[in-house]
Amino acid sequence: MKRVPQIGWLADGRRLHLQDGPIDLIVEVHGSETNRRAAYDAAARRFTGLLDELCDELPLLRRAADPARCELQGAVARRMDAAVAPFALDHFITPMAAVAGAVAEEILGAMLDAARLERSYVNNGGDIALHLGHGEHFTVGLMDRPDRPGLMRTIIVDADDPTRGVATSGRHGRSFSFGIADAVTVLARTASQADAAATIIANAVDLPGHPAIVRCPAHDLQPDSDLGARLVTRDVGELTGHEIEDALESGAACARNLLTAGLIDGAVLRLQGETVLVSARAIDALRSGTPVYRAAMESAMHV
Amino acid sequence: MPTDATAAVDDKIRCDACPVMCYIKPGAAGACDRYANHNGELVRVDPHIVLERTVSHGGRLVPFQAGGDWDGKIVHEPGMFVTAIGAGTTYPDYKPAPFIVSSEIDGVDMVTVVTEGIFSYCGVKVKIDTDRYLGPETATVRAQGEAIGHVTTGEYGSQMLSLGGVHHLTGGSKKEGRVTCDALMDLSNCKPVELTIDGGATVVVQAGYPPIVNGVAEERMRVGCGSATIGMFAKQWHGKVDEVVVVDDHITGVLSEHQAGKLLDIPDTGIKMKGRRSTPGRYFQVAEPGTGWGGTMISDPLSVLGPFDPKTARPGMTMLMVSTTGEHAAYYELDAALKPIEKPMPVDLKLSVERIQENCEPALCTVLFMGGAGGSLRAGVTDNPVRLTRSVKDALTRVTSGGAPVYVWPGGGITFMVDVTRLPAGAFGYVPTPALVAPIEFTLKLSDYAALGGHIDYVRPLSSLKDNTEIRQMPQSPSGQLT
Repeated sequence: MKRVPQIGWLADGRRLHLQDGPIDLIVEVHGSETNRRAAYDAAARRFTGLLDELCDELPLLRRAADPARCELQGAVARRMDAAVAPFALDHFITPMAAVAGAVAEEILGAMLDAARLERSYVNNGGDIALHLGHGEHFTVGLMDRPDRPGLMRTIIVDADDPTRGVATSGRHGRSFSFGIADAVTVLARTASQADAAATIIANAVDLPGHPAIVRCPAHDLQPDSDLGARLVTRDVGELTGHEIEDALESGAACARNLLTAGLIDGAVLRLQGETVLVSARAIDALRSGTPVYRAAMESAMHV
Repeated sequence: MPTDATAAVDDKIRCDACPVMCYIKPGAAGACDRYANHNGELVRVDPHIVLERTVSHGGRLVPFQAGGDWDGKIVHEPGMFVTAIGAGTTYPDYKPAPFIVSSEIDGVDMVTVVTEGIFSYCGVKVKIDTDRYLGPETATVRAQGEAIGHVTTGEYGSQMLSLGGVHHLTGGSKKEGRVTCDALMDLSNCKPVELTIDGGATVVVQAGYPPIVNGVAEERMRVGCGSATIGMFAKQWHGKVDEVVVVDDHITGVLSEHQAGKLLDIPDTGIKMKGRRSTPGRYFQVAEPGTGWGGTMISDPLSVLGPFDPKTARPGMTMLMVSTTGEHAAYYELDAALKPIEKPMPVDLKLSVERIQENCEPALCTVLFMGGAGGSLRAGVTDNPVRLTRSVKDALTRVTSGGAPVYVWPGGGITFMVDVTRLPAGAFGYVPTPALVAPIEFTLKLSDYAALGGHIDYVRPLSSLKDNTEIRQMPQSPSGQLT
């Protein structure tokens, strides 16, 4: 029996859930009944076989990106490469750093090719591709440290903003990080760019040589990790206020450079309860977002 | 179907569930967090695992083919039920699939997060085998200074703690919730946790190990208090020895004065006890509490005795002194001056001491995880959730937690308790709420499943997976076995 992706509605009957291997997407579109149907149909079609395409080129996708050329063939693979290429000169980065965002973007693109849609999104485990029609906006919730309860920050992404991609990276996720950030959320033009930039910024939130930080070679944890023997963060002990500040500042400096270079629209960096925002114009949107406090979140989660 | 894994070097296995073909180390999961290497076997770790708020993902069970004109061929729902029903698998180092991502929160369209989790109401009940005073009933129990539960009504030979629950997890401060969650998870994963009780003791609790009370490890549960020990063993001592003193920091018993001795017509011996007499043959406070004989501080048992009364006592009288656990014992004969002189213990008295020891069980801490399977979890299994509850009550559906048997509390809902030492190592995880993630499986016959309104359309693949390695029973370790 051929492996097939799992495609089904979430309980609300509105949002589509697509899962295949490590890919896990939540999709929601707005538009006329016909357009919604056409969009979901397109998403399901495009999703089927997408993982196989990626895996065909997996060895190359796991190699450090070459800033000068791209030998990859697949559309998603090439998008991954394009997203990480701007960082490849100064950093070790593989196209895999942008896989989640690139897939989200691909599915959103397939839907937009097939249907006229109002506000729509593809959320790939927190890495999100957005579509906004004129005058529309999305409210994106940011988890504080995912292993602790707490304040949720929200970001409003407006149709007038250039942002169409949101991604979060950090040491708690499925992917490994060289840094110690609990979470770095990045707004960028595309989901794949946001994904790659979040990885780079999260890596930069670091205190090299700090004794409270436990690191180990990535391949000790995942034998076929694209990060090989490079040390990834396993645990971070209690840090002092100054240390947290230093680590966040090191990440914020990186984020400011990317902002200046036009690679991101904004970033929110979080470490042990402290948050730093790096943003030019998006900062207004960040501030206008109503914080959702824990109590509200709990009740929403427990219904 | 993704059913097999290729053995590779270093106990790594290669998963062929999807084309990523991850190499997975023992105890780790693949890139998807859905398949994992459990002792060299590829196991599926996802959906049947979740307590309470399983599933906004209940929707997985709703067919995508919503209308008649849909092209059903491109959509598939393979085997979501295969693991949800009867897989009995469990997972190492469980990391839940994206639940928060699919959770809906008022005023927020979507959530971005690094990792994902599940939310639950739960707690642990801790039984600590000790007669030592841990603290008054209802006293607050703390970990790292935070309130995480309370002392509840004591049981035989044991002090009981009730820890966790939704109020400590989410009703208090952030730190309280986090510390409670950490303590619950560590206790559930059989790790030691230091607890302090307001107005009482500090105790280190670890499931399956003796409690450490104020720095002292408890070894055995005493067979009973000194007085009870006299009651239990009076007949065995009768005729073999003139006097027996059972030394206990709570109630020290004296055979000749005790009701049990009187009933056997054991004559007075002229013994004089220190301490405060409660009723005949029962003495409080013969010595300060400690780690010596019978939970007292004494190392020389004679120090609890005054001089024998010369009017009653006579030279050559024999006396056994023993602690309530039988760990300490000595045999004496009165000399001409009526002073007890230690002598080698006669064999039949030695046997009685061994009998006391034999009747003292090892003092252990035991931890029962308690949680409730709520509406959403049940809805993930059947169209008509209450029927699942009923089928559990009617014993048609077997509930297990990580393959371990559970006790399902009567009454509404599916509230169960499980001995955490019977689950595989590291079976419990936690999520940011904070809350615990615990495994739970429902196992039932297909015919019963159909009868209770199960999503029978999705059951068909089950029969075709009979020989599938995904369906396996977790080996059950004997109770109390530790890894």
